Amino acid sequence: MSTGAATISKHQAPGFWKSTNGKKIVMAVTGCILFLFVVAHLLGNLLIYAGPARYNAYAAFLHFDGSLLWIIRSVLIVSVLLHIEAAAQLWLRNKRARPVGYARKNSDGASYASRTMYWSGPIVLAFIIFHLLEFTGGFIHPGSQFIAGNVYHNVVAGFSVWWIAAWYIFALCLLGMHLRHGLWSMLQSFGLPHSRTRELALKQLALWISIIIIGGYISIPISVLTGLIK
Amino acid sequence: MKLTLKIWRQKNRDEKGKFVSYSVNNVNPEMSMLECLDVLNEDLIQRGEEPVAFEHDCREGICGSCGFMINGHAHGPQTATTACQLTMRHFKDGDQLTLEPWRAAAFPLVKDLVVDRRAFDRIIAAGGYISVSTGNAPDGNAIPVPKGIADRAMDAATCIGCGACVAACPNASASLFTGAKISHLGLLPQGKPEQDRRALNMVAQMSEEPFGGCTNIGQCTESCPKEIPLEVIANMNRDYRVATLRKRDDLIQVITPVTTWSSDSKS
Repeated sequence: MSTGAATISKHQAPGFWKSTNGKKIVMAVTGCILFLFVVAHLLGNLLIYAGPARYNAYAAFLHFDGSLLWIIRSVLIVSVLLHIEAAAQLWLRNKRARPVGYARKNSDGASYASRTMYWSGPIVLAFIIFHLLEFTGGFIHPGSQFIAGNVYHNVVAGFSVWWIAAWYIFALCLLGMHLRHGLWSMLQSFGLPHSRTRELALKQLALWISIIIIGGYISIPISVLTGLIK
Repeated sequence: MKLTLKIWRQKNRDEKGKFVSYSVNNVNPEMSMLECLDVLNEDLIQRGEEPVAFEHDCREGICGSCGFMINGHAHGPQTATTACQLTMRHFKDGDQLTLEPWRAAAFPLVKDLVVDRRAFDRIIAAGGYISVSTGNAPDGNAIPVPKGIADRAMDAATCIGCGACVAACPNASASLFTGAKISHLGLLPQGKPEQDRRALNMVAQMSEEPFGGCTNIGQCTESCPKEIPLEVIANMNRDYRVATLRKRDDLIQVITPVTTWSSDSKS
């Protein structure tokens, strides 16, 4: 029995994408793009409190140039696809990395959000597809007629159906959990040096940013359900 | 005190393993976990049974040989403590302890609680060195090192390569280990000449081994007996990212992971 390797054969190393670090850097960059979209989307959505005229005008402004809109949409779609592809490949690799599991295993030091990223991610994806079908395409619009261009009406009519509002609130909470871990994780994957105190501060910051963003989003279906927005 | 040890018994890699419960009646609270296993093994040998195989060397918490899961915690529930330094007074009389080997594809099981951690050796071999000029010994303080940098490098250098980070990681990733090795050399001026190649080589070898990928969960640092900070993973990612951008045409090669021992391998 030797302590060295039995045979040493050298070959070309796995490149950037093949390495787990490279995949995580791709996930960090695409995650950052998607996070910026989530912030911008929230700021636009909050205009609903300014009344139907300004909200519909904002929606029309987004559509002022079809090709520009599709350039932005393409960036988002590519980001989503890369983010999912990297996550799926890492998930498969991680499954293979522990073929025999533990009989007992604690989860000290791991936040609930960090351990459920592989759950929150796919559910948020399903939510995004549903969301696009409902408010962008108008294919799913139970309880009322979808009117293209009258975004204010569509939102209010959509959220008046209780189960749609409940599904939005649930999915947005999962998005919040995904961001709570993701926001800190992207800095770590990108390689931001941090002391232990700064690490805790960044995690707190990520938590508060997620709470504020998700609070803003959730306020809209709640306002519709409580009759604040009619 | 009296303890029940539920231990994973597996003769070798090819045979199926199972948990076997042993009651140990004469446990001294001042014994370490390994001494407790010694007592059990003496008993097993006297009864003519196969003793429990476990790895150990220094028994002072600095060699990194020992280590297994104790009740779902790598090296047991005490923080900053290796299995050899874990005294039995931390458990209550009548407790049941579940002892399992590290579980990872990159750490194939050898026997009972012993796993093959040569994957770590190959990562070290890929880039864990610095260049030193031959000749007279240089003046000890010729190269100024800021105190903060020296401290951070030392924090990373305390890694003993026990494998607890891989065992505790839900993804069985070796990022904390590799990050510690990349950081402790890369932070210091003496390690700067190889900083880029070290990151590329060690990350490449880590990716070649069947470890999982880091998802920044943080259970590694929590279970690390040397409390290596999560920052070392950020250091590794930064060094790797910078090195990838700066890379010209240097050929990065990796060693094929070997999971067999030389005595029974074909070639």
